[in-house]
Amino acid sequence: MEIVLVGLNHRTAPVEVRERVSFTAEQTQRATDELRARGILEETLVLSTCNRSEVYGVPPESSHECAPGLTSFLSEFHAVKPEALNGSLYHHYDRAAVDHLFRVAAGLDSMLLGEAEILGQVREAYRFAHEHGGTGPVLNRMFQGALEVGKRVRTETELGTRPMSVASAGVKLAERIFGKLTERTALVLGAGTISEQVVSHLRDKGIAHLYVMNRSRERADHVAQSYGGQVVGWGEWDEALPKPDVVVSSVSSEEPVLLRGMVERAMAARGNRALFLMDLGMPRNIEQAVGDLYNVYLYNMDDLSDIVRQNRSARENEIPHAENIVKEHVEKFLSWQASVELVGVVEALRNRMRGERAAFIRTRVESISHLTESDRLHVEKLMDEMLEKLLLEPAQRLRSEKELRRKIQNVEALRDLFLRGEDKP
Amino acid sequence: MNHIYLILTLVAYVLSFVLYFLSLETGKLLAGRLGTLLLGLGLIAHYFALLERSRGLHTVPYHDLYGSMSLFGWLLAVTYLSLELYHQQRSVGAFVLPFILVFFLAAHLAPPDRMPPPTEHGVVFALHVTLSILAYAAFALSFVLSLIFLAEQRLLRSHNLGNVVWRLPPLELLEQMSRSGVLVGLISIAVGTALGFVAVDRAAGQNSYFDPKYIITLVVLALYVIYFRLARTASWRGARASKLCIFNFVVVVLSFTLVNLYLSHSHRYF
Repeated sequence: MEIVLVGLNHRTAPVEVRERVSFTAEQTQRATDELRARGILEETLVLSTCNRSEVYGVPPESSHECAPGLTSFLSEFHAVKPEALNGSLYHHYDRAAVDHLFRVAAGLDSMLLGEAEILGQVREAYRFAHEHGGTGPVLNRMFQGALEVGKRVRTETELGTRPMSVASAGVKLAERIFGKLTERTALVLGAGTISEQVVSHLRDKGIAHLYVMNRSRERADHVAQSYGGQVVGWGEWDEALPKPDVVVSSVSSEEPVLLRGMVERAMAARGNRALFLMDLGMPRNIEQAVGDLYNVYLYNMDDLSDIVRQNRSARENEIPHAENIVKEHVEKFLSWQASVELVGVVEALRNRMRGERAAFIRTRVESISHLTESDRLHVEKLMDEMLEKLLLEPAQRLRSEKELRRKIQNVEALRDLFLRGEDKP
Repeated sequence: MNHIYLILTLVAYVLSFVLYFLSLETGKLLAGRLGTLLLGLGLIAHYFALLERSRGLHTVPYHDLYGSMSLFGWLLAVTYLSLELYHQQRSVGAFVLPFILVFFLAAHLAPPDRMPPPTEHGVVFALHVTLSILAYAAFALSFVLSLIFLAEQRLLRSHNLGNVVWRLPPLELLEQMSRSGVLVGLISIAVGTALGFVAVDRAAGQNSYFDPKYIITLVVLALYVIYFRLARTASWRGARASKLCIFNFVVVVLSFTLVNLYLSHSHRYF
């Protein structure tokens, strides 16, 4: 009941390699079936995201022995030469594999520390594998544990709470002012990449109305269509400015686009309701004096970058807490795994002793001529009772004492000691 | 028995404060929920502590200043808990609990006043006093919320967010909560004052018909009505309304202290 993991991620492989080894849903299904059909793995789960492709499995034999086969399979499956994967693939076994998965679910292994999406991706990968019969008792338990770790890390630590990009920091700040954005309106000035990022975050937060204003009407149309917004003609300030609660500006311009007077008029028209301005232009698009107006909150690129820097440091401070949760759940899983394996070992030991007893009776007891059939049966019964007594108590303790299971995690040592040369149960 | 309720209340409020603070500091939801639970338990224990105190002194809780302070603390806790549940917002608990604790401790650790037993005033009078104290408690809560609003707004405008801004309620929610508190206070003080006049009318001969407290109460009522109207207007919404709310509460404090102490004939505890 060993565990193997073979995979690559953003730390070990460049994007060109990652995209060649990624799995679509159909490929995931096919790989799972093939790995099991070829007898490489008994349980299989493929986790494929934009930053990682990993195959988790329970091999029929030793995990170390199955790793080369798994590597060859990946290379063959994706039609990538084995040497192209050299240095990119990592192999983890048993505890290390469990630890890796739990860290992934916690967001500790993500490119963006603590990002939330990975937990959903792990959940989805598990659901898919479970529904398609890829998982068994070991991977079920392991992935349920991973989901629990992810959930705990997100509720008990601040690893994923603070925004880590300028765009998300801006949107989070808007939420500090307005609360939920579901009844709010946003105006985006400029339709470049950074504007799109902010718009995407605003849409994720359910912004009610979105207006896009750009010098190029075509580009404005594209962004508006992509995110369900409306285009406002460039320069129609008096019409456009009083509407939004959030203004995002990222325009290429040597001079400020929004001047104090314009915003002052807009504030009067909107009844001085709070206005949040995100100036992401370089040079700045919004005159600095706008920030002095009543109920106006102005943040520029530097302000938002500072927030991101502070947040990154705050997230890093949470790593030890998250690591402790991971460690706790790894121990819990290994203890469970040991208990399952130990019960199997005890059962094998019992069968072995019964066999020994039969041989013993044949060779020794039957040679004693003065014993009647009834005596022999009595001796057999006594020996059975003694063997049961010897094994019953340890078996019961293994079932009930968690601490004992934790101590005896190296089941292989027990197996070697008592059951050398026998197949695993 | 009285000590048991006192200790239980104190322990529950202190733990609730610690948990609310932890929730604010670390963002842990569980700590916040436990804080709410302990505040609820504290309220129950506080109720019995008030009851025991009144029975021990053979009087109503609001008969002396300390009893009134304890009742004020209890009603503050009730109002806060109601607003917390209504607005689903726990992060201001850490700021409100110290006030509740101070009023509770000041009331119960001080020696009881040696005042003669009160004359029988009836239910209308009891409601008048209780509703008036509830109004003060609701105004106090709005005062705290307005202070938090101003502090958070200052941090946001100065771009100095630190750790705490991410966990405080959004500014607009603080405004809403503050207005909710004022609304509770306004209704309570309006009904309470009307009942007070009814009580005075019934007890004609025992009390003077004119008391400076009437004027200051009507001023307080008017100020909060003005706040309630202005807080939604273009030129006042936001920081200005919060400052007005703070000013109004200063008037409430003056009404509760200076007016009661030096001017009022029938509202003094001293």
